[in-house]
Amino acid sequence: MPFGNTHNNFKLNYKVEEEYPDLSKHNNHMAKVLTKEIYGKLRDKQTPSGYTVDDVIQTGVDNPGHPFIMTVGCVAGDEESYEVFKDLLDPVICDRHGGYKPTDKHKTDLNFENLKGGDDLDPNYVLSSRVRTGRSIKGFTLPPHNSRGERRLIEKLSVEALTSLDGEFKGKYYPLKSMTDAEQEQLIADHFLFDKPVSPLLTCAGMARDWPDARGIWHNDNKTFLVWVNEEDHLRVISMQKGGNMREVFRRFCVGLGKIEEIFKKHNHGFMWNEHLGYILTCPSNLGTGLRGGVHVKLPKLSTHPKFEEILTRLRLQKRGTGGVDTASVGGVFDISNADRLGSSEVEQVQLVVDGVKLMVEMEKKLEKGEAIDSMIPSQK
Amino acid sequence: MQCSLHELHNVLTELGLSAEEEYPDLSQHNNHMAKVLTLDMYRRLRDRATPSGFTIDGVIQTGVDNPGHPFIMTVGCVAGDEETYEVFKELLDPVISDRHGGYKPTDKHKTDLNSNNLKGGDDLDPNYVLSSRVRTGRSIRGFCLPPHCSRGERRAVETLSIEALASLTGDLKGKYYALKNMTDAEQQQLIDDHFLFDKPVSPLLLASGMARDWPDARGIWHNDNKTFLVWVNEEDHLRVISMQKGGNMKEVFNRFCTGLTKIETLFKERGHAFMWNEHLGYVLTCPSNLGTGLRAGVHVKLPNMSKNAKFEEILKRLRLQKRGTGGVDTAAVGGVFDISNADRLGFSEVELVQMVVDGIKLLIEMEKRLEKGQSIDDLMPAQK
Repeated sequence: MPFGNTHNNFKLNYKVEEEYPDLSKHNNHMAKVLTKEIYGKLRDKQTPSGYTVDDVIQTGVDNPGHPFIMTVGCVAGDEESYEVFKDLLDPVICDRHGGYKPTDKHKTDLNFENLKGGDDLDPNYVLSSRVRTGRSIKGFTLPPHNSRGERRLIEKLSVEALTSLDGEFKGKYYPLKSMTDAEQEQLIADHFLFDKPVSPLLTCAGMARDWPDARGIWHNDNKTFLVWVNEEDHLRVISMQKGGNMREVFRRFCVGLGKIEEIFKKHNHGFMWNEHLGYILTCPSNLGTGLRGGVHVKLPKLSTHPKFEEILTRLRLQKRGTGGVDTASVGGVFDISNADRLGSSEVEQVQLVVDGVKLMVEMEKKLEKGEAIDSMIPSQK
Repeated sequence: MQCSLHELHNVLTELGLSAEEEYPDLSQHNNHMAKVLTLDMYRRLRDRATPSGFTIDGVIQTGVDNPGHPFIMTVGCVAGDEETYEVFKELLDPVISDRHGGYKPTDKHKTDLNSNNLKGGDDLDPNYVLSSRVRTGRSIRGFCLPPHCSRGERRAVETLSIEALASLTGDLKGKYYALKNMTDAEQQQLIDDHFLFDKPVSPLLLASGMARDWPDARGIWHNDNKTFLVWVNEEDHLRVISMQKGGNMKEVFNRFCTGLTKIETLFKERGHAFMWNEHLGYVLTCPSNLGTGLRAGVHVKLPNMSKNAKFEEILKRLRLQKRGTGGVDTAAVGGVFDISNADRLGFSEVELVQMVVDGIKLLIEMEKRLEKGQSIDDLMPAQK
């Protein structure tokens, strides 16, 4: 429920220009789109749960951005935000997702059998494979806006759903607030633990309120399927393993997600989804599939080749350091993943990763032998 | 247009969420709010809102997000507007009582900003007292407080403040520096003068929403002499500081009272008084600053005194507190301490500054004794 700050009954007594934020030093998607006119149109509106445009934009006002990195600068507080504030969010979505139009339809395909290949990425180069996405539970507001009671109910439903899984998905839930030191050490060693967000992008949006209440980590006994509860989204679902068998990672991802969704539906709390935006998540950048499928891959030669960036762009892939977003690569090892989220399906995005990484490993091998790769440069996908 | 609290609770009720399910987990917490807020109290208060829409969750968020420290007792709650102290008195009265030495809901607070009533204070030994300073806060009636104000309100507070301060004359004549368009040179000068304030980093402040829209409508004003300084829209609408090198606390307090009174008159002329009532005195964002909101202190060299076993006890009896010279939560360097009044509410400004003046005088006497290897037992004060 509204956490107080922007729910100020007096602000409508002030003129639009008096309330309109100063975005003159800002470089984020929200700042590029939000004119005084749009702000004026939206400022007296709210979603049924009371979320306002000031809530949507607070993170973007507080974080002017970076000349090189274009952040989104706005978040949703509930499913209806994307409808009530479409005058702001449609253009933001269009800018962020390669021209996606308000009339476009998004295709969901979580049938892993539709993936071609992907089980044979060379493990001499591909160190690990991972697919993650987020899910929001219908009927609850999102992390920037939800109350303690809502968050706890989401946790309760999630724990129920996850602890009923069996076979390869049998696992255990670790609530952040009552973890033992030993459990915490183990989760850190496994690289599973998430902590209270420190990024002002997240804290300014109100997602860290009441930490660590109702936050936790679930993973299966095999440590190949992991769910974060109540971090930046209601659920973050991660499938991973060492080596290059992305096909197996994606299979487990799809099967696990399907099972979890079934259980939530039984309780009349399906996942937030619609045919225009696909899966609804807190940050507009994660709409559609919310999927990031990637590998840690050794590309010391290719990464220093002048055409590396161009190749990635054409393959619709992006690189990160092995610490995740906004980190640097170490020892020529890169995190390579799909760049798109909205407008293509899960299968399509993972296919791009599988095919693209295969090609780049071939290029790396050529460069090792001192051969040219010019004939292998791909066309724009 | 704003949907009502009633409607919002309906949404929660549809989900089957009651007060129990919303009540925060305060089991790991050590702050004034956590000590006071029971489930029943929360149940009663969650249906209330101030006229501007501030709710109990807004009041307590900072205390929920910051469990506290075993040794330092933080307040754990803030006001979003003047009415918060009335609408949520069931929580805030006990917090105020705990924080302010048993202050009762029926007690009256005395305001005295007549610096002529201060006895002495112009002769603290400058060999020991390096600098003297008095600060307080003020809230402008008719606007919400920093945790809750909108951009429009904050800008209106800034505009009024600039107008009022620009009309000061004589030794109070000065200039305003808006944080958002300061030049590099101006910024460097303000840093060198130790005047610049920056975006809060303390999670105590951030969690209450005071840093929203930074640096919009925030700024620093100071007089040409650099002895009178006003912060606009930091933790309170206004923070007013009078300071100078050496031990002439009387002059510092004199300037403080004169300047404050002039500013108050200017605001009143523009139809905006300071928030004040006869029970809580000056109303500020943090309950710890109610009453006078006043912290009067000196930077004083007490290397021998500070190592004396009775130092803490003496400070307590004198109703003083010590800090390092970096301010709250810093350590002392080179035997130099920041010594100031411990109280804010239930004593007048003159009374609090008198305690500092008299207490420092005594502490220096004790320091001199200890330098000569003499005893200080006969100088031990009674509890003030």
